[in-house]
Amino acid sequence: MDIYLPIAGQSVNALLIIALGGVVGILSGMFGVGGGFLTTPLLIFYGIPPTVAVASATTQITGASVTGAMAHMRRGGADLQMGAVVVAGGIIGSLVGAAIFRALQASGQIDVVIGFMYVVLLGYIGVLMLKDALIALGYVKAAAPRQRPRHNRWVATLPLRWRFYKSGLYISPLAPLALGFGAGILTMLLGVGGGFVLVPAMIYILGMPARVVIGTSLAIILVISAGTTMVHALTTRSVDIVLAALLLVGGVVGAQYGAALATRMKPDFLRLALAVVILLVGMRMALGLAWRPDEIFTVEYL
Amino acid sequence: MKIGRALVLAIVSLALMAQAKPVLVPDVSARRIEIRYSFSGAQLLLFGAILYPRGRLPERAPDIAVVLRGPVQPILIREKQKIAGIWMNADSARFRSAPAFYAVASSRPISQLVDERTAAIYEIGLQNLQLSPGSGALPEKARHFEAGLIDLRKRNGVYYESPRGVEISEGVLYRARISIPSQVPVGTYTAETFLIQDGRVLAVATRDIYIGKSGFERWVSLVARRHEFLYGLAAVVMSLFLGWAAAMVFRRRF
Repeated sequence: MDIYLPIAGQSVNALLIIALGGVVGILSGMFGVGGGFLTTPLLIFYGIPPTVAVASATTQITGASVTGAMAHMRRGGADLQMGAVVVAGGIIGSLVGAAIFRALQASGQIDVVIGFMYVVLLGYIGVLMLKDALIALGYVKAAAPRQRPRHNRWVATLPLRWRFYKSGLYISPLAPLALGFGAGILTMLLGVGGGFVLVPAMIYILGMPARVVIGTSLAIILVISAGTTMVHALTTRSVDIVLAALLLVGGVVGAQYGAALATRMKPDFLRLALAVVILLVGMRMALGLAWRPDEIFTVEYL
Repeated sequence: MKIGRALVLAIVSLALMAQAKPVLVPDVSARRIEIRYSFSGAQLLLFGAILYPRGRLPERAPDIAVVLRGPVQPILIREKQKIAGIWMNADSARFRSAPAFYAVASSRPISQLVDERTAAIYEIGLQNLQLSPGSGALPEKARHFEAGLIDLRKRNGVYYESPRGVEISEGVLYRARISIPSQVPVGTYTAETFLIQDGRVLAVATRDIYIGKSGFERWVSLVARRHEFLYGLAAVVMSLFLGWAAAMVFRRRF
């Protein structure tokens, strides 16, 4: 069943896009991530222009994170005060990201930068998760457990401290602000929600307790991705609402099944599986940078 | 004075009658192609008749070449090169007038119909496109990028040559089928028909075809350009609603 995408300017197989959204949705429901890290590269492989793929994947992330955020909010497992500070940074970050996006587009190096950032990000996170999962499953002996300081030394030196009651922290809001700034840039450039970066950073850098981290991160992703969709609509004008709707239909249904599946699987195996998926996508992108590309020439309209 | 002018007129019209050329009566199967939600490309039939002076068929039937070209666009072509182990965009060239779509069908291969100069004058054939390279570009570089562009667009199906794509029946009626893929831009396309005999173009006829988005597709791309804020808001609201609706529907199921 072919459907014409008005912004992308080409027709695609609707069932294939819905299925792609569904598969990514299952993964995102299982692991609590937005799934943009898979949608964007897969859409680009399918032949959608990269800018349209990034912008429309952002819209899908919003939909995918609504469900999770709602469930966690009901249980009260979210620090909305912390979330608001991160979001404030995120909005500034996405505006800066938009400027970087345009500058890179003009210089013609956007593909390489996007590919390179994906490889670094996916490689780093994949290795980190793989190590954690293997240690948890007992396949690898953990190094002598080192006592982690609860507070990061750099964060503790920042001036202007606030109390974050839900997280039980007394830290400077500049740290979460900077974190949101980074996440906003990533969302704008890569079409990823930034859940990958937010969750470990909130635990290890800010020192937030794990029980509020997932809910807070989902709430942040929800707002940042919604904001980024707006920025894309206003600046690059490459949000394809039909493509986003197709992805969402598959994605939100898949996310529900993924969440149901997650309760029936051992969480450490889940983490191991996600780590392998992330590393595979990262490796594919790395090969894409080094292999001779299919098309040596690309056309840009002036 | 008056008689003189009449005389000149008579002589001229006699001369015209004597070497009267065949006339082309072309038509296309659709003057307007609408892009709707299910648009996955279109088939265009270009057909017509050749009218010979005094209805006499010549001994050797002439040939027909049909060219369908899309709107011209200024473009920038980038070429990837391997730098420090990574393939990245290295060199680029500008062309001021690259047609977004170009298809040529002919009754025989073009090289057999006309010489290179004539083909270049009428822009018949992919090698003869006038892309107007940007000023200051070296000719070799422009040619290199031109070849790259033509090869890329050939594989995308927006540039093609079909050397035996025109059928001529009884030496009078001709027809050619040209398929247009879904990723072509909107705009006014021109269909040119050339009547060629002994390496000379005897007659040219042109028809315009308009390709445009219609209905929902037209509306969406208009809103995205003119009311960016509302468009973005609609996308966000849609994603929020679908996420919420799925959560509501499935809460009862699981």
